[in-house]
Amino acid sequence: MVTLTPSAPTESPVHQAAGGAPLLELRGISKTFPGVRALDDVSFPIWAGEIHMLCGENGAGKSSLMKVLCGAYVADAGEMFHNGGKIEIKSTLDARKLGIAVIFQEFSLIPYLSVAQNIFLGREFPGRIPGTIDRQKIRSEAARFLAMIGSDIDVDTPVHKLGVAQQQMVEIAKALSQNARVLVMDEPTSALSDTETEHLFGMMRRLKANGVAIVYISHRMAEVFLLGDRITILRDGKKVDTVLPNETSVSDLVQKMVGRKVDTIHRRGDNMKAGELALEVKGLNAPSGIADINLNVRAGEIVGLCGLVGSGRTEVARAIFGADRISSGQVTFFGKPFSGGPDEATRLGVGLIPESRKAQGLALIRSVGDNIVLAALDRLFPSRLFQPRTARKAADDMIQKLRIATPSARRAAQFLSGGNQQKVVVGKWLTADARLFIFDEPTRGIDVGAKAEVFALMYDLVEKGAAILMISSELSEIVNVCDRAYVMREGRIAGELPRDRLAEENILQLGMHHE
Amino acid sequence: MSQAEATVPRRSLALSNDVLSVFYRLLAVGIICVVLSFISDAFLTTNNLLNVLRQASLVFFMASGLTLVILTGKIDLSIGATVGLSACVAATVIKATDSAMLGALVGIGVGAIVGLGNGLLVTKLRIPSFIATYGMLWVVHGITYYYMSGQSVYGFPAEFRAIGSGYFLGIPIPIYLMILFLLAGNFFTKRTTYGQQIYAIGANTVAARLSGIPVNSRLNLVFILSGAMAGLASLIYLARLNSAEGDIGETLTLPTIAAVVIGGTSLFGGVGSLFGTFIGGLILTLILNGMNLLGVSANWQPLITGLIVLLAVWLDMKTRSKTDASS
Repeated sequence: MVTLTPSAPTESPVHQAAGGAPLLELRGISKTFPGVRALDDVSFPIWAGEIHMLCGENGAGKSSLMKVLCGAYVADAGEMFHNGGKIEIKSTLDARKLGIAVIFQEFSLIPYLSVAQNIFLGREFPGRIPGTIDRQKIRSEAARFLAMIGSDIDVDTPVHKLGVAQQQMVEIAKALSQNARVLVMDEPTSALSDTETEHLFGMMRRLKANGVAIVYISHRMAEVFLLGDRITILRDGKKVDTVLPNETSVSDLVQKMVGRKVDTIHRRGDNMKAGELALEVKGLNAPSGIADINLNVRAGEIVGLCGLVGSGRTEVARAIFGADRISSGQVTFFGKPFSGGPDEATRLGVGLIPESRKAQGLALIRSVGDNIVLAALDRLFPSRLFQPRTARKAADDMIQKLRIATPSARRAAQFLSGGNQQKVVVGKWLTADARLFIFDEPTRGIDVGAKAEVFALMYDLVEKGAAILMISSELSEIVNVCDRAYVMREGRIAGELPRDRLAEENILQLGMHHE
Repeated sequence: MSQAEATVPRRSLALSNDVLSVFYRLLAVGIICVVLSFISDAFLTTNNLLNVLRQASLVFFMASGLTLVILTGKIDLSIGATVGLSACVAATVIKATDSAMLGALVGIGVGAIVGLGNGLLVTKLRIPSFIATYGMLWVVHGITYYYMSGQSVYGFPAEFRAIGSGYFLGIPIPIYLMILFLLAGNFFTKRTTYGQQIYAIGANTVAARLSGIPVNSRLNLVFILSGAMAGLASLIYLARLNSAEGDIGETLTLPTIAAVVIGGTSLFGGVGSLFGTFIGGLILTLILNGMNLLGVSANWQPLITGLIVLLAVWLDMKTRSKTDASS
C-alpha cells in the first residue's frame, strides 16, 4: 500500500544513482493491426519516482502504448521487465497485479454509486455476516485514500454529482487503493481549470516523491516542461527520442512530433473590419444556471468566451443555440430575434461545434460524407428528395477543402483521428452555409498540427465575413486567436476584454473567485 | 485525397458492411430454399411459394413501419395491439357503411392515431419508448376489448376481401402491395432527407439535434408511420380472416420484431434497411413454412424462431466487431 507523507517534493529522480533496474521496462514492443503498424519496436523504461512525459500527434501510438502497458492490448513482439525480471502482461488483471493503473480521459466510474463504493467496486470488504459488506470500512478507507492525495470529497456523494476534476481525484484514489506503482494519465488536465490543475500537479509531485512512477500523456507544452523528468516522443508508432526538458525546446519537441517544422499558434494580426451584428444576446437567463448574459459578436470577429470550467460558458453556448431552455432574455441572429430550437438556429445560419465531438458532434457509425451533409440536408435538397450524388459531391468538396484525411467520404467517422473528426464537424456547418460559428473547446484532444489547422480555418472563416464565438480553457488560445473576449464567473459575465487588454493575467483576474 | 487513398487502400468498411449484410441474408434465403426443395416435394410448387410470399407480406407490413422506429433507436411494442384495434374499428365501419374504402381509411387512421400517441409519450413526456409503447399495448388492448365486448364482426363485401385473398394475374394481391410498399419505403429511407435524418437520429440523437434536425417531429413521424402500417396490416388480416375479434393482433408483435432483427436492423439504431427487413420476414416465413411442410410440431416453432434471432444478431455482432478491430 502506498503511504504518502506530505513531504517536500524531491527534485530529481533517484533512479540512476541507485544503479538498479527500471521499475518497468518495455523493449522492442510492436503491435500491428490490419493495415496499421500501431507500435513499431518501441523501447520505453519507466523509473520509480519519475514523471515521464509521452508526446506525439494523434495516431502516433501513445494510446496503443498505454493499452499495451495496462494489458488491454497484447504486444505482437517485444519483451517487458519489472524490476529487471522478465514479465508478461496479457490482461488488465496482470497489469493491475504489477501495480499499473491507467486514468483514462473518459472515466470508468459508475455514476449512481457513491465515491466510496466506486473506489472499492468489486473489492468490497466483507462484513461480519458472510455475504455482506462492511460499508463503514469502505467509507473510512475511501476517505483515507482521498486524504492521501489531499482531496476532501465527501465519500457518500454519488459520482454523477461531482465535477470532472473531482471524478479524476476519485479515479486516482481508486488506483492508489489498488496499490498502483505506475500511474498512466491520459491528458488529465484537458477538462480542468487552472486551480484544479495546480492541485493535480501538487498531488502528482507528492506521489512522485513517494516513488510512484507517472506516465503522462499531454498535448500541452507548458505542462510537459513544467512536470516532466523525461520526455519521450512517438511518431507513426516509433519512438523518435527521449529527451530531458532542460536540453530541449518547444519548437524542437514539436518538430520531433510532426517530423517537419510547423508554426505553433501565433498571434493573429489586428482585425481590420468588424461588420454587421451577427449575434446579440440581451439579459439572458436560463435554468442551467446562467444569469444576465449580455454579449455580441460581429461579422469578421472572433470573440472569446472564457472563464473557469463550470463558470457557465458551455451553458451560454447551448442557450444561444436553442439547445437548452431559457427563462428570459433575447437572442438575435443577424438582426432577427430567435426563440426556437437548434433546427431554427441552423436555418438562420448558426452552427455549434460542441465540446464533445464524439458524443455531440458526430454520428460516429455514419460515414464522413453523411456527417458532412447532415446539417445541410434542407439547404441541399429543398424538395426533400435526397440525391446521393449531390451529397457525395458536397462531401468530397469539403474533404478536399479542409484536407480531411480519410480514404473516402464513405468511411465511418469513428475511424478518423480527433483532429480530422473536428474538421468533419466544422465541415458540416460550412456545408450548411453557417455564418455564425460557436466553437466550444475546438482544440480539445487534438494534436499540435491539427490545432494550427483548426485556427487557420477559423481565420479563413472570419476573413470571408463569418462571425465566431469561441470557448476555450486554454488562455493562450484566447489571447492569440480572439479579437476580444468575455470572461465568465459563476454563471455571469464578469467583464469584457478588448484586444489591447487581452492578456492571460487579465482573464485570470476577472475569472477568479474573489471571496 | 489521392494521398490518403494511397496510404489506406481499403474501401470504406461502412458501406461494404451494409451490402455484405444484405448479401449474406440473400444467401441464407437461397440455402434455405435449396435445402427445403430437397427434403420436401411440396416446397417448390407455385402454390406453396406464393403462399410463402403472401405470409411474408403480412409480416412485412408491420415490420416495415417498425423498422423505421428501430432505425431511430426506439421501439414500438404496441403494433400487435394496434392491429387488433384497427381491425375491429375498420370492421364495424365497413359493416355499418358498406364502404370498404372508408373502412380502410379509418383502419389506417386509427393506427396512425395510436402511433401519434406513442410519439407524444416519447417526445413530450420523455418516457422511454420501450415503456411508453408497452403501456400503450395494454391501453390499446383494453380499448379493443371494451369496444368489442366479446363480440366478433364478420362477413365483408367481396371487394374488400380481395385485398387479402384476391388474385391478380395469378398472384395474390398482398404480394403486389408488399412490393409497392417495399419500393416506396426504400425510396423514403434512402432517397429523402427524412430517411437520412432518421438514420442520423438513430446513430446519435444528441448530435442529430445539435445539427439542426427536428428530432421530435421525426420521432413522431416514425411512430405515426409504424401505427399506420399496423393499421394497413390489420386490413389485410381482416380481409383474409373475414372476421374481427378483440384478440386478433395479440401474437403478432414478437414475430415482427424477429423479422426486423433477422433482417439486420440494429436495435441500437442507425443501422439497417427496409430491404433487410423484407428478407428477414422472408427467412422467418420460409423456416416456418419448411417446418410445416416437414410436419414439425407447432410446439417447436417458437424455439426455432428464437434460435434464428439469436444467430442473426450474433453473426451481425461478429461482422461489426471485425471492422472495429481494424480501426
